[in-house]
Amino acid sequence: MRRLSRNLAPYLLSLPSWVYLAVFFVIPLGSMLGLALATGDPLDGYVMSDNFSEFSLAFSQYHAEFLRSFIYGAISTIITLIIAFPVAYWIAFYGGRNKSTYLFLLVLPFFVTFVIRVLAWEFILSDQGFVLGTLKNLGLIPQTAHILSTQWAVIGGLVYNSLAYYVLPLYVALEKIDRRVVQAANDLYATPAIAFTRVIIPLSAPGIFAGFLLVFVTNVGDFVNAFILGGPGTYMIGNVIQDSFFDNQNYPLAAALSSMLMFLLMIAIFLYAKAFGTDTIQDYAA
Amino acid sequence: MSKSSPPEGQNLAFLRGLTQPRLSRSDFMRGAAASFAAMALSGTGPADAATVTNWKAWWEAQKPTKEFIFANWPLYIDVTSNGKDHPSIDTFTKQTGISVTYDEVIQDDPSFYAKVAPVLKSGQPTGYDMMVITDGWYLTELLLQKFLVPLWREKVPNFNKYAGASVKNPSYDPGNKHTMVWQSGLTGIGYNPKLTKREITSLDDLWDPAFAGHIGMFSDTNEIGSFGMLKLGINPTTSTPADWTKAAAVLQDQKDKKLVRQYYDQSYINALQNGDIWITMAWSGDIYQANSKGYKDLKFVVPKEGCSIWHDNMCIPVGAKNPLSALAWMNYYYTPDVAGIIEDYVNYICPVPGAKDYILNVIKDPDVANSPLVFPPQSSFAKTHEFRAFKSYAEYQTWVNTFSPIVES
Repeated sequence: MRRLSRNLAPYLLSLPSWVYLAVFFVIPLGSMLGLALATGDPLDGYVMSDNFSEFSLAFSQYHAEFLRSFIYGAISTIITLIIAFPVAYWIAFYGGRNKSTYLFLLVLPFFVTFVIRVLAWEFILSDQGFVLGTLKNLGLIPQTAHILSTQWAVIGGLVYNSLAYYVLPLYVALEKIDRRVVQAANDLYATPAIAFTRVIIPLSAPGIFAGFLLVFVTNVGDFVNAFILGGPGTYMIGNVIQDSFFDNQNYPLAAALSSMLMFLLMIAIFLYAKAFGTDTIQDYAA
Repeated sequence: MSKSSPPEGQNLAFLRGLTQPRLSRSDFMRGAAASFAAMALSGTGPADAATVTNWKAWWEAQKPTKEFIFANWPLYIDVTSNGKDHPSIDTFTKQTGISVTYDEVIQDDPSFYAKVAPVLKSGQPTGYDMMVITDGWYLTELLLQKFLVPLWREKVPNFNKYAGASVKNPSYDPGNKHTMVWQSGLTGIGYNPKLTKREITSLDDLWDPAFAGHIGMFSDTNEIGSFGMLKLGINPTTSTPADWTKAAAVLQDQKDKKLVRQYYDQSYINALQNGDIWITMAWSGDIYQANSKGYKDLKFVVPKEGCSIWHDNMCIPVGAKNPLSALAWMNYYYTPDVAGIIEDYVNYICPVPGAKDYILNVIKDPDVANSPLVFPPQSSFAKTHEFRAFKSYAEYQTWVNTFSPIVES
């Protein structure tokens, strides 16, 4: 009896988390999948069925938006990494005792609502705003130039909003690097560049990996940046889901699109983890 | 109303009613959460709220009450300078002894519908005796599900006496059986003459290659679809799915030629003020507000082909506890005095034309009384068209599927 309870103890202790997962993850997910297969309308209610046509319809109608979301997500994540790495590196290695101040400054913009931050960019980047307006007055760019309503405005918005989410995991990884390892590399006649590429980057791999997931997954599903900063031809799948769910009351379509987005993301993450796998990360970290 | 002039000076009372954002998407987070709740419950199907068959008998069985709970949009009624009291409501209470709870809870139609629909579907009272809903799919959805109490018109004699022609017998509620208009508004063209370098008179100007990349259109399918049809000379109110397809083709053409800068929600007004767009679909009230905020160049015009008119409607949800008070309020509102007092603050389009004289002679506020946007001349009304009222969810989905590919890309 005592043995049995000892064997069961870990499961009993983790029971609350299992219940939590079931109630807040499995059940909503299941009902979303169910709704995607249902037939009916919001007036008369929905009936469960095995109507898979919503999926093929969703894909044939919106494959371009799916593809675009993944491309925007990938490009914005790579740009974020390129910007975030030096920032995290500088704070971790040269931040001194002000490290926490710098980190605080980094998350400071997050004290303002997400939507307001994006709206602020709309204002800053407007055709006659103080960036483009000044450049135009100086004659550096043509009068017709604009940034808003283009894909670069959307990708820029995604980068801006995900910067802190990439810097923080990178900082944690870089902070943990034993400085004596870097010294050892120098002692062994590694140039600073080689020490950086052969020692520091591999040792920060867990941060790169974690940040990539965090930022990529969020950005692929984003709809606020495309809605506010984008124009014709920059619609992302998140916008389509929001429209069909909220404005058009086409719940099965919205559910089918959401399920497909999740499924595609899981495949992408699986492939990514396979290629840049957690095993290798363990090796690096060890 | 070939064009409107900005009001003289900074009349705060005049501006108050113009600040309300319409069809706001910015709080979609909250709305989406509410929709989840609606969706979760939608599987239960229509409930027993609509079991009353003889409404005349139901009305006659109602006893007068001394309470009235009114759900409305923000900044949509007269307010004293301390920001707390509503003189029109206080007078109503004085006259009738009915105490009013005035709730500014409606931010936009979809999210408010998502809040009340699950309650109505489960046959429970919403807690409101009156709510104000814009004509469109959500109002239709309430009507189709019989969630609105048919009005006892004999108790609202002032409607027949004072209501303007534009609010009588609307296409979405023939004979005003369930609704009476609170305020109306126009969707026309807003533009900056300094950038367009000429006056705008026609919908064709929204398709003018000279403005390529600086034209704004609305992302709301009701709005953009109606404009596509007006451009083709089709009356949106009575249009057929074949007309919708034609309108979608014109709008698609406009997009393919890269004329459209963006499909906007209410944020178009920022883009117009910033100069990002030169000419755009616009709500009259927004241009007025922009004028008085200092963007004096901007103009609003009712294009010669016509424009859209929307109505926000008072209606009584099934399960209302004080329906007779709601009728008393409707009757009270539809008088030149009361409509005038409220209109002097709200400044959309007044449903009671007689309020003009009251505002001019009693309140002595000629800016509002003489404004062609608050009291449009008959010639303007002749050019306005209501949105197409959908007969079923399937028809609404046909509309959405016709026009959403244009804004979604």
